Order: sequence, then C-alpha cells, then structure tokens
Amino acid sequence: MKPASFKYLSPDSLDDALAATAQHGAEAKLIAGGQSLIPAMNFRVLQPAVLVDLNPLTELNYILPGGDGGMRIGAMTRLRQLERDPLAAVRAPLLHAALPHIAHVQIRNRGTLGGSLVHADPAAELPVVTLALAARYRVQSAAGSRWIDSSTFFNGFFDTAIEPDEIMVEIALPPMAARTGCAFLEVTRRHGDYAMAGVAALVTLDESGVCQRARLVYLNLGDAPLDAQAAAGLLIGEKQSDELTVAVAAKAAEEEIMPMGSVHASINYQQHLARVLTCRALNQAFVRADEWRMTNDES
Amino acid sequence: MSNNSHTVTVTINDSTYEREVEARLLLSDFIRHELRLTGTHVGCEHGVCGACTVLLDGQAVRACLMFAVQANGRQITTVEWLAASQDRLHPLQAAFREAHGLQCGFCTPGILMTLLTFLEENPHPSEQEIRATLSGNLCRCTGYQHIVDAVESYVKRKA
Repeated sequence: MKPASFKYLSPDSLDDALAATAQHGAEAKLIAGGQSLIPAMNFRVLQPAVLVDLNPLTELNYILPGGDGGMRIGAMTRLRQLERDPLAAVRAPLLHAALPHIAHVQIRNRGTLGGSLVHADPAAELPVVTLALAARYRVQSAAGSRWIDSSTFFNGFFDTAIEPDEIMVEIALPPMAARTGCAFLEVTRRHGDYAMAGVAALVTLDESGVCQRARLVYLNLGDAPLDAQAAAGLLIGEKQSDELTVAVAAKAAEEEIMPMGSVHASINYQQHLARVLTCRALNQAFVRADEWRMTNDES
Repeated sequence: MSNNSHTVTVTINDSTYEREVEARLLLSDFIRHELRLTGTHVGCEHGVCGACTVLLDGQAVRACLMFAVQANGRQITTVEWLAASQDRLHPLQAAFREAHGLQCGFCTPGILMTLLTFLEENPHPSEQEIRATLSGNLCRCTGYQHIVDAVESYVKRKA
C-alpha cells in the first residue's frame, strides 16, 4: 500500500500556496494534517498529480479571541492544540467537548480544524460542531477572500462549497449567547472509532427558563452534518420536560435523520441511538443553560 | 534527480541523516528502509494500528500518515532511543518485560512511544486513562491487561 507518485510543493507563504492552487486547480490537492488524505492516498483512492503542503504556513495556526466575544481559529490549528486551549474551553465548550472523541492523540497531534472541515466526512465531529455553533469559514483564492456560512458549506459526502483554487484560512465562531447550554455525545464501538451516531445539542433559554433557540446537529446520520431543524423547532417557547425531550427525539429519529446503516450499526440501531442520544444531550444542555441562568442572572 | 526527488535532513535519536527521497515515500518507510531503523514497525499503513508511532518534535504521531519530505528539518525519536544499551532497558521497557506486557512484540514499539509522551504529561494516570490512551494502538496478543499492568507498575515504581 504505497501512494502513487505526485509532484510535491511546499510553499513558504499563503500567497505562494494560492499561486499554486491557481495554477494547478483541481489536479492539485492541498494537504493539511493529512490524517484522512494520506490513508486515501495509501489506498490509491486518491492519486493527486500535485500535492500542495500547507504545513509550512504557520501563519494559519492560531487561536484568538474574536472582538465580538467569539473566537477566530486559524485553519491549520492542530486539534490537540485546540483541545488544550483554555480560551476554547471557555468560549467554545461544545467544540471542546467534541475534540477528545476525534480518533486518537497521535492523530489529533497532526490533524487540523480546517482540514477536517474541508474533508467533510459526514461521520466527522468538527463539521457537526461548527455547524451547530453557526460558524463562518473564510476561504481565500488568488482573486480574494470570501466568508462561507457553515449552513451553506456542506453539500454532501466529502463535498463542500469550497472551490479547487481556494484555501480555507480561518474559522470564526460567534459568541455563545447568554443562558446557552450545550452537549456533545456520540456512540462508538471502540474509543476513537468513527461514531455510529452522534449529536451536538445547543439550547438558549430566556430569564424564566423558556427555550428561545435550539439546535440539534447529527453526525453519521446523513450524507453531511444533519441539521434537524424541525425537531429543534419543537423546543422553542417551551420549558424543559421529559415529554418534550422524548417528542423532540422521536421527531428527529423518525422524520429527519437519514441513517444509511453499515456493518457496525443497522439503520434501526442508528435510529435508536439518535433517539437516546438526543434525550441525553438535550437534558445536559438544559441543565447547563439553567446553571448559567442561576449563576449569572440571580447574582 | 527528477523533480519528484527531495533532500530530507532529519535528526533521529541524536543522529542527523540526509537522504534524497521521492515525495511519495512515507515517513515510516523512510525510517525503516532508508535509515534501517527497523524498531519502528509498520502494520496497517492507514493510521489505525499505531505500530508506527514515533515522536515528531516530542509529539506522538503516526509515521505512516506523513511523508518523509514533511519531516525535513524536524527531530524524530524512535523506539531505538529508549534502551541505553542491549542489556539496559528503559524502565518502561523493563516494566513491560516484567509484567508480560508483550507476546509477539509487533505493537510494542508504537505502544512504548505513545506511552512515553502520555506518561510525561500525565505521570499518575488512572486505569481508565491508560486504557483510553492505548485505544490508539492495536495489540492482538495480550488483551491489553498485561500492558495496563506494566504501565501501572512503572508508575508505581517511579513514584
């Protein structure tokens, strides 16, 4: 199992990298952490003619507070760095909760945030989490840069709105609204495996504990991160109750998710997991939002 | 040399090596075939088994998920670095021997390199933390119990 031959380019600057993508277009592949790309090349599923290495671009490796209270993260930031970043733990607890689920330490030492998003594996955690957080992605080409909203980025299996001559450079996470609670849960056969199902849940309450905003995004239950808007919509204007979370979970599991089944989990089992995980994640998210309300509103 | 050939200079276990390599050469094959450091093992070649784990600038990585050209100018540590000599094992290796933490030994180099950084960062791990760390390395002989025992005895002795 050896990769096919390719021409290797290792640009020193983003401008040089953009010149390379402008010149080679779709025949070039960008390599970030390479933790999904190199296996695909070893299997010869992918045989790019040109490989443009983004690893020398240390200017794309940063974790910064956003002026709006959110965060700005460079696309080449390693997952392990994010996992250990104290700012990310406070400002992006959903992201922070999801990171340890991603493969293993050895993989997270190399893997990058931008790389995972652009790869767009429907079973991956980071597309789901950043979509749930309403992130925006900045992509750049030799012609200029543009922002893509996470809600319009993922088209389907390994397919995104990014063009072959563009490079993802930054991920912007908006601030967490007051009285917001989140949870990330997934079920795997073994720690670090791709999950059979997973969910990111976010709820935002008003002063009296009534849900104002909610988000439920699933992994590996569709051909892209699956945003269950109808199920989440049932939460709006309601206070938490067991009946409510059960109804929301049923709506998501029966009407919205599109599990495909695999040797690891049948479609029925994936539906079952979606139902159970939704209830658990919503309960956790409500508890955390309530904790926020107790500590901040009443002090 | 064709334009697919690149000069790679790496420091491995305190020795510096320079070689001309094809861009597609994996770091794992570079270490084994070009440098003849065969302590690093190659199992699955797609990042699942962990046998090829080495330290890149002190961090555990899969050598089969990097190209050798990408290691240019970097510092790599392999399992050969652990033992001071043939008959003086590293304390972690000694703990593995005593606790029967290996049978065929194929996965052992990757497990040792993974544990090295883990135990540096986390000198008093719980059994659960040890098992979570080992999840990135496949062992088909031991059932992991003796590996966990080895790590626990190493930790106890170090305290």
